[in-house]
Amino acid sequence: MLNSLRVKSTLLSIILLVLLLGIWEGANQAPADSKPLTEYELLMGGASQEARVPPPSDVIALGWKELSDPFYDAGPNDKGIGIQLGYSIYRVLVGFFLAALIAIPIGFLIGMSPLMYNALNPFIQVLRPISPLAWMPLALFIIKDSEVSAIFVIFICSIWPMLINTAFGVANVRKDWINVARTHQLTPIQTALQVILPAAAPTILTGMRISIGIAWLVIVAAEMLVGGTGIGYYVWNEWNNLDLSSVIFSIFMIGVIGMILDLLLAYAARWVEYQE
Amino acid sequence: MSHPFLEIENLKKSYPGKEKGQEFVVFEGANFTIDKGEFVCVIGHSGCGKSTILNILAGLDEASDGFVFMHGKDISGPSLERGVVFQNYSLLPWRTALQNVAFGVKARWPKWSKEQVTDHSLKYLELVGLKDAEHRKPSQLSGGMRQRVSIARAFATQPQLLLMDEPFGALDALTRGVIQEELIKIWGETKQTVFMITHDVDEAILLSDRILLMTNGPHARVAESVKVSIDRPRKRSDIVHHPDYYKIRNHLVDFLVNRSNEENTVPLHSQESATPVEVDLAS
Repeated sequence: MLNSLRVKSTLLSIILLVLLLGIWEGANQAPADSKPLTEYELLMGGASQEARVPPPSDVIALGWKELSDPFYDAGPNDKGIGIQLGYSIYRVLVGFFLAALIAIPIGFLIGMSPLMYNALNPFIQVLRPISPLAWMPLALFIIKDSEVSAIFVIFICSIWPMLINTAFGVANVRKDWINVARTHQLTPIQTALQVILPAAAPTILTGMRISIGIAWLVIVAAEMLVGGTGIGYYVWNEWNNLDLSSVIFSIFMIGVIGMILDLLLAYAARWVEYQE
Repeated sequence: MSHPFLEIENLKKSYPGKEKGQEFVVFEGANFTIDKGEFVCVIGHSGCGKSTILNILAGLDEASDGFVFMHGKDISGPSLERGVVFQNYSLLPWRTALQNVAFGVKARWPKWSKEQVTDHSLKYLELVGLKDAEHRKPSQLSGGMRQRVSIARAFATQPQLLLMDEPFGALDALTRGVIQEELIKIWGETKQTVFMITHDVDEAILLSDRILLMTNGPHARVAESVKVSIDRPRKRSDIVHHPDYYKIRNHLVDFLVNRSNEENTVPLHSQESATPVEVDLAS
């Protein structure tokens, strides 16, 4: 039953994909010319005056070419997709792990101490809704390095979901489990590591998963602003080059990498999950 | 002068009322002692504060007034000398049965090697008949098995005093009967001092040496201390034929149904008046 459901859904997905690509392909063909081109038209590069979205066949052909040599480096304006994605992933991971390093301990503090919760909550509530890109000018001015500023923007946008989820997870550890730790005379450190951390781990991992998703959304915009390298810069650069096939291909690659990052954390979450 | 093993003196728990100067007294003037190796049950209606007494003994709650002495020393905070079996098992769900027992053992003897901890934990899991389930997580165990793990964890730390808060309250009658017999067996081997809360009159008679009866709250009191004059070892199937069984049972039921409400109308004058009446119904 389950098996047949899976077969059916896969089949439906494939049909939808073929249908969408077919419509896209069909709607974006250059019209076949019946008359030979005039001299003027030949000079202008064809009869069609209207710019068209490249059909999927062009995008797939380009994608094949790019993916068969993803790491070539022919100067600052022409690098392989692998190199650009690599820069972006590197920035996201550095910013994300720096944020985790700070957000999880502070989340513990806030979750365990109502005093700290009340004292820090106003700061969090004001800082959290700020678009991470709004920090960019200030970061560039203070840090004076576009590369580090991009990482800072990732850091600042990934910190909040992890901080809030950790605090929530820690504050909501079942009282009974805390009592078990107390009756066994565990020290506060032992209680934090042996009882609270494993109990709150699924909630913390959920926060990390939200964070990395946001970080991956933000890196594209940040790199468009900062420039130089990265997938965000690449998309904008290809737009300036009017190479729409590359733009569409890189949009697709952004989606694929985002999905992989999410899957990795979903996999990590399974390690710490428990059933009550 | 020798002290009793556990002394509870004039214990009281109250909460501040809505208006200033008002207070809501859950129970007061609780005076009783427990000897080493004794199995004592407390029975009372809901809201009389029996769980609060147990939590104070465990060090998880604080009394508003009065003292608890163990070996003549004041109790302050939780301690491994006082093990607790909670009603809802309170196993750590991310640990296996064995790891849950080892959690207690490691806390009790931090210097033990890993093998020592495992061996000791396995011994107690075997005692509750769960050797085959050592690698299962609590979510994969039935309610009865979970409570067995919880009991194994408490006994494995070999506390001086074992506190049990309605340990079988959430179990079905058949499972309860089986675990009660197991508890008698383990208790017979280890001679722990046990302080247990229950709602079940038959369970109290089967297990305990003495039954403390509490009146209804607010202003609840420990009114009577009934001696269970039935020889050990006891079996569930046999004790009902003992001549004292129904005498004790009727006395307990009569107290719970008819008298638990009247008792607290008698004002509390002094410490002496609050000492529970000793009842011995042996023929």
